[in-house]
Amino acid sequence: MALNRKVGFFKGLKYKGGGPMWAWILHRLSGLAMVFFVGSHIIAGFLTQQFGSDVGIAINIVYENWIFQLVLFFLVIFHAVNGLRVTLLDLWPALLEYQRESIWLEWLVIIPLYVLILFTVLKSALGL
Amino acid sequence: MSSRTVAKRGFNLDYMMWLFMRLSALALYTIGLTGLIAAFVMSARTQTDISTLIRWTFFPNPSHIISSDIINLDSWINSFWQVMQMLAVFFGVTHGINGLRIVVEDFIGSNWWRPIWRGFIFILWLFILLVAVYVVLAS
Repeated sequence: MALNRKVGFFKGLKYKGGGPMWAWILHRLSGLAMVFFVGSHIIAGFLTQQFGSDVGIAINIVYENWIFQLVLFFLVIFHAVNGLRVTLLDLWPALLEYQRESIWLEWLVIIPLYVLILFTVLKSALGL
Repeated sequence: MSSRTVAKRGFNLDYMMWLFMRLSALALYTIGLTGLIAAFVMSARTQTDISTLIRWTFFPNPSHIISSDIINLDSWINSFWQVMQMLAVFFGVTHGINGLRIVVEDFIGSNWWRPIWRGFIFILWLFILLVAVYVVLAS
């Protein structure tokens, strides 16, 4: 059984999936970004720990930069909360009827968490 | 561009990894919460700042608490936390690399590229896993 959806890029752009579609896109992008960034942080940790390498230190300087941290924290928190939403909807498929509402609930969890992160990171970055 | 062939229903790699994605996500939540709660039970309340606490929650590695004011490190650096780090590394890296596999296979379809990409991603998974385990054991 092959699922063959021949949809071009520009036709795909016209699709109006709303909240669930954007959550899916953001989940993919944040996941890929985390694989790349966390992967490079692991490699940088290894290089710094074993060889005191300048490359490792350079990667971690970027990683620990406060602007980078704000972006990374957003990706992590979104991915974690959205993943929990997907898991819960998979466990109780009856809830799928309310998936649009579940996305509003999701942002209701993400925003306070992110405000805490924003406050923490900015406090140490700007010396408030 | 055609999308990938969906596997038959039943007990196969796609089903196993689908289940693994959910279970490993819950495992990572558990590991993070264990680190956070244990940090409060240890000396985090008075001897660390919130940045250290967040770093420790994500990954309970000694290098993540190096800039804190913890006086007695005995309860922070030991084999229990090494095991927790191993679990976090295994679930985190496998979850991430499998996510990469899903995205790649969504785009390349089912042709001769697929086993090559699978092999490449498998080697990447093994490499990152080994490097991370080495860092955990050596820190």
